[in-house]
Amino acid sequence: MSEQSAVRRQRRKRLAARSFEWLCLTATFLCIIVLAALLSGIIYRGAGWLSIEFLTNGPSRFPDQSGVKAALIGSVWLIGLTALISVPLGTGAAIYLEEYARPGILRQFIQTNVSNLAGVPSIVYGILGLGLFVRTLAIGDTVLAGALTMSLLILPVVIVAAQEALRAVPDSIRHASLALGATRWQTIQHQVLPAALPGISTGTILALSRALGEAAPLIAVGALAFVSRYPLGPMDKYTVLPIQIFNWTGKPQHDFQNVAAAGIIVLLGVLLCMNALAVFIRYRYGKQIRW
Amino acid sequence: MTDHHPNAPLELTRATSNGPLAEQVQAPEDLDRHDGNVAAPAVERGQASMITVSDLSFYYGAVQALTDVSMRIPPRNVTALIGPSGCGKSTFLRCINRMNDLIEESRVEGSIHIEGQDIYSPQTDVVELRKRVGMVFQKSNPFPKSIFDNVAYGPRVAGIRSRTALEEIVESSLFQAALWDEVKDRLDASALKLSGGQQQRLCIARALATGPEVLLMDEPASALDPASTARIEDLVSELKEHYTIVIVTHNMHQAARVSDQTAFFFEGRLFEMSETAELFTNPKQKKTEDYIGGRFG
Repeated sequence: MSEQSAVRRQRRKRLAARSFEWLCLTATFLCIIVLAALLSGIIYRGAGWLSIEFLTNGPSRFPDQSGVKAALIGSVWLIGLTALISVPLGTGAAIYLEEYARPGILRQFIQTNVSNLAGVPSIVYGILGLGLFVRTLAIGDTVLAGALTMSLLILPVVIVAAQEALRAVPDSIRHASLALGATRWQTIQHQVLPAALPGISTGTILALSRALGEAAPLIAVGALAFVSRYPLGPMDKYTVLPIQIFNWTGKPQHDFQNVAAAGIIVLLGVLLCMNALAVFIRYRYGKQIRW
Repeated sequence: MTDHHPNAPLELTRATSNGPLAEQVQAPEDLDRHDGNVAAPAVERGQASMITVSDLSFYYGAVQALTDVSMRIPPRNVTALIGPSGCGKSTFLRCINRMNDLIEESRVEGSIHIEGQDIYSPQTDVVELRKRVGMVFQKSNPFPKSIFDNVAYGPRVAGIRSRTALEEIVESSLFQAALWDEVKDRLDASALKLSGGQQQRLCIARALATGPEVLLMDEPASALDPASTARIEDLVSELKEHYTIVIVTHNMHQAARVSDQTAFFFEGRLFEMSETAELFTNPKQKKTEDYIGGRFG
């Protein structure tokens, strides 16, 4: 009789395990289905509007003459400048925190703040950028002001990613270098940084791809909704892909919805390329170094 | 240190032997006042000491890892440090090239003189010290670079840029480390592709390339197979012609095979030190006898 109940208990346990597995599978599929529906809807509406002209035309009053050229080049400028600003700053901060700072109140304070900053809503950075860069420093509503604002936004992410990459370099390498009479800086420069570089670039690229999709903070710092010419320098006015897409979706003519879908495809294409690059770097260089 | 070629051990030894003998004598005289057993026999025979350790104590935070260690290590000689795990022998080794500086909240008392120079004095440049005192770690730790770049790293960070000079240093260092014949055709291959034993010999070559006078080895063969261990041991015996070697080992047979004198550490103290044959056949302390006899540790 007790044997019977033991068998029953076993069966119930197995059933619970099985149903949990199914629950997780359903959750996964639900996510994939939503994503697939979203993507197929966009591709269905936008694919027909994709053409070479769509990439080479600027904005227009007419849907069939509209293109993403100004926004695409604006996005490239913005991301390029953001990378130039945030990579040295973020890597430098990470090196300080990981390689130099002694454990203590100061390091704890900086670390906590970096983590907190990563959680601040992006519009707050936009308002900060408006006050600090556009007005106080009088940079104006230029692509440089946008890039500075975006750098603030992604710096915490870049710092944390770079810290993790530096931490993954084993101490035995640092010790080997120091024991050979290298200074701390030579050790960082010749051993630690090269070993951490794939990790740092992967994290940075992922952070930059987040910046690529942001619209809210850029509206605050004055990215334009309609520019017929693209920026030629850091002090030019600009627009970016997400704002251009947002602008199109707000237009009354129905065809502009399809133009917006085509714009989204371009944006997703750029994002996918950046993520693929990150995966490639991790795969290519991560495999080389096995400690 | 930098004025002689970093890769000329023969010249180097000549320089050390007619070097600052007068300074060596000024090292603390009262070495033996604590413990009658602590004495390096080779030094007693009138040889000058290369490394003179006086009343060295070391603390990890509040934990004392070494207590009043005094020792004289003669030049061109192999000194083995033995003792059970946690006895402080590795900590002691790392005091000699100040690698323990890297540990937060560590503290050193007492002094270590190398050729008369107090290595813990504020005037001592740690970077210079580590070029003179090479170190080989327990686990081989080659850089993820080519064989050539591994060996050339020390000279490069010391400022040597000339390709021919670097090539000479790399060749003779690899030769001294008995690795040249195995790798001469693939100097550009990654060091990580070498076998464990080869990697450890590469680490020895890398340490020799900075032209050190002292070589510290922290259980250099503990992760290797018997054949590779034998090669490292042979290498130690060859290298002592030019270098002063201090080797930490868990393996008492190894200590007996390679060393000229042996120091037995226990609970952070230097218990007994004498010529290796003497220590193994006729230990003065009961503790030493028990450890050597395998009764503990």
